[in-house]
Amino acid sequence: MAKKIKLNDKNTEFYEKIVELSGEQVALCDQCGTCSGGCPFIEEMDINPSEIMRKVMLGQKEVMDSRTMWICASCFTCTVRCPRELDVSKVAEALRQVKLRTAIDEINIATIPKEEAKKLPTIAIVGNFRKFTG
Amino acid sequence: MKTGIFLCECGGNISNTIDLENVKKHLNDEDEEVIVKIHGNMCSGAGQKLLIDEAKKHGLDKIVVSACSPHFHEKTFRGAMKKAGLNPYNLEIANLREHCSWIHKDIPKVATEKAKEIVDAAKAKAELDYALEEKMMKLGNEVLVIGGGIAGIQTSLDLADSGKKVTLIEKLPTLGGKMAILTKTFPTEDCAACIISPKMAAVIDHPNITLHTNTEIQDIAGHRLHFEAKVIKHPRYIKDSIDMDQCLICNKCKEVCPVSQPNYWEQGIMNREAIYIPAPHAIPYKYLIDAETCLHFVDGSCNKCAEVCPQNVIDFGQKAEELNIAVDAVVVATGFDIFDAKRKPVFGYGKYENVVTSLEMERIVDHIVEKDPPRKVGKRVAFVQCVGSRDKQIGNEYCSRVCCMYSIKLASLLKQAKPEVDIYIFYTDIRAFGKGYEEYYKRSQEMGIKFIRGKPSHFTEVKETKQVILTVEDTLSRDIIETEFDLVVLANGLELSKSSDIVADSLKLAKSDDGFFKEAHPKYKPVDTLVEGVFLSGTAQGPKDIPDTVAQASAAAARVMATLAQKEFALDPVLAFVNSDICDGCEKCLDNCPPKAISMNNEGKAEINEALCLGCGSCITSCPLEAIDLNYYTSKQIYAEIEASLHLKNENEKRILVFADNNTTYRLIDACGVRKMKYTNYARVLRVPSVSRISPNLIEFAFAKGADAVFLGDSPAKGSHFEWANKTTQNNIKTVLNKFKKLKIDSDRLIFSQFTAADLMKFINEINQLANKIDKLEPISEDIKNQLFPTKK
Repeated sequence: MAKKIKLNDKNTEFYEKIVELSGEQVALCDQCGTCSGGCPFIEEMDINPSEIMRKVMLGQKEVMDSRTMWICASCFTCTVRCPRELDVSKVAEALRQVKLRTAIDEINIATIPKEEAKKLPTIAIVGNFRKFTG
Repeated sequence: MKTGIFLCECGGNISNTIDLENVKKHLNDEDEEVIVKIHGNMCSGAGQKLLIDEAKKHGLDKIVVSACSPHFHEKTFRGAMKKAGLNPYNLEIANLREHCSWIHKDIPKVATEKAKEIVDAAKAKAELDYALEEKMMKLGNEVLVIGGGIAGIQTSLDLADSGKKVTLIEKLPTLGGKMAILTKTFPTEDCAACIISPKMAAVIDHPNITLHTNTEIQDIAGHRLHFEAKVIKHPRYIKDSIDMDQCLICNKCKEVCPVSQPNYWEQGIMNREAIYIPAPHAIPYKYLIDAETCLHFVDGSCNKCAEVCPQNVIDFGQKAEELNIAVDAVVVATGFDIFDAKRKPVFGYGKYENVVTSLEMERIVDHIVEKDPPRKVGKRVAFVQCVGSRDKQIGNEYCSRVCCMYSIKLASLLKQAKPEVDIYIFYTDIRAFGKGYEEYYKRSQEMGIKFIRGKPSHFTEVKETKQVILTVEDTLSRDIIETEFDLVVLANGLELSKSSDIVADSLKLAKSDDGFFKEAHPKYKPVDTLVEGVFLSGTAQGPKDIPDTVAQASAAAARVMATLAQKEFALDPVLAFVNSDICDGCEKCLDNCPPKAISMNNEGKAEINEALCLGCGSCITSCPLEAIDLNYYTSKQIYAEIEASLHLKNENEKRILVFADNNTTYRLIDACGVRKMKYTNYARVLRVPSVSRISPNLIEFAFAKGADAVFLGDSPAKGSHFEWANKTTQNNIKTVLNKFKKLKIDSDRLIFSQFTAADLMKFINEINQLANKIDKLEPISEDIKNQLFPTKK
């Protein structure tokens, strides 16, 4: 289903934030598709990396709901191959940061029972704290 | 008079089919005087020697060589004629190989009979041949350049530097063309006016260039290395003479002028007075009065400028001046017009005030850094690409080549001046093909200009804010964008300038499918046209950016130099001539000459300018007194040829007389022969320069002498004067068909068909169909023949 969007200041704000966090001029993307074509995890992604770049350029915040940035393993295949020398994985990282900074509490650490906390892997608990530090 | 006939065996190509001894006997039987020789290869040294020796031995003065097509060896035998001390135009070639032996291999007896008639026809024509001299025409140094844009300027300067005398015509009051309107140029962003101004100044300073601004072409006559142009120089209404007081450009006149009109060089974003200097960098830098808006001319109510002028140089009485310019070559540098976006109303141009053309944007951007610019751009600006390009609907299927880059340039300049403006470029494809262009494109993206792949399909205006809402799919994300823009800039495509039409019509220049002038060959003759001595410079040939335009302009200059370096050229003596004893000065022929070579002399008789005459014979029909005729193809000769082509016909036989134009149809029929393609043996092919030469009388005579059908073949000759001559042919046919109607002769017996060089099958099919048709028709009765052509010539 096609979606109608507007080009407005809010979109520009989101775009500029990603540019600032990633250090990459996302609008330079030529949409050649090299990143998506070479991505080893492309089949696990719901939106292709090139599409992520496009949506960011248009300031479409809906990319935050995509799985793609979480599937990205930062293997840098895209980065190595991009003809415009854009670091697509940095853009994915920027998107992860934005998402993390929204500090959505999936799990409240304080409410985890002690017994259960003992069974949990340490990294999982640290991961839950990370949103407060990013 | 003694005629010699040389029958060539062509190493068996002719003699294996045609019994040449039989032909020889026939010729000797008909005419005891004639000398007939058979030789294995007439074109060989031995064959030519035979011709020369026999001519000298018997004192021959007319020669017929029956061999292959004249397009192969006419030159060879004309050479031999010269060696024999004979005039080369006393030679006729009977084309037995291509037109007989090769196509009738399987019917040698019929072929031999046909061969007799072909040789007889050549002999009949040869006997009426007379000596003709090839005049050498001197080539001068004069070149006419039409159009004073960057292309015309560059061509003129190159030519003038090489010593050619250039006349440069510009219809507007200043040089510079479209480039003088541009702000800066891509990809270097150097200012357009700064690059072109020195060149404009160089034109006016050059001793070899005569510049006429405010001047329009009215007509150009000529078709080959000699042209005569009529131009009209519009008045500026300012006296301009060295002897008298001159305009000091004190600007007092401008200050008192009450008129305010959109200024073309500001593309209407700024106004000017009725008395004005076109642009700050105008060349010539002189005032002129726009008579269309000046109140003195509109209603006579104002005289203010003349009153304040301290030099008294304003002259409302100035008249247009007509100039005649004779030149050896013409360079067409008439340039482009931008596509009129009103032709596609969806863009809202002319309806919405915030939709502007690219040229208007050039001026907007040029003024944007000023404190109080004449036009502001707002917060969000859209550039819409491919307006009037790549659009079949409006008839422009081509890419205009420059729009991507100029939009990127305008966007970049705007972004540099106003970084806070959001700029979007809506494109179909970005074509950044030139040197440094792709890099420039990338830099514009770095600046923050957003490129969205999609062509806006809805343009609506917000009534209160006058913003324009664009609806467009981003075809990369498949999202539909619907957003208000404060300014929408259309990337208008390029079209051939409308003012080129008069040049196209008078020089008979061809246009390609895209509407621009057609080059002689797209690969290796990109600046030549099909008219010898006419060259193309700049965007008149097709959309180009400035570097390509300048390169092509210099190429055009180089081609002119190479052409004029010949110093002289031989004039084909096959030209029309007027018998002034018969001519009564009715002037009917004047309108029937495609290159306008006929004029009336002091004695009131028609006179033919040999340098302009094309030798098509189109004029002959128009003369009611038959005072005009054509060298080497006189009416008398063609009557004789027709009669000889039909004189062996018996009651059971059929004949189709084919008149073929020398350049296309005749060669095409040759090509059928070379490929041994069989077609009806009814055909007798006669060569003419253009079938427009075949007047109704000749066609009627052919039927009276026994032709069952007449087939006229000519080239559509698009883009040459011959195209025009075809109209004469059509009129001639109409005249004959009217007579046919009265006499109840089947109109199918007369065919006019147009061929290109590759239409071999078309010719074969048409001639065979015609043969089938006349097989079914009753022969024309003697009585009707007599009515058709009563006075037997």
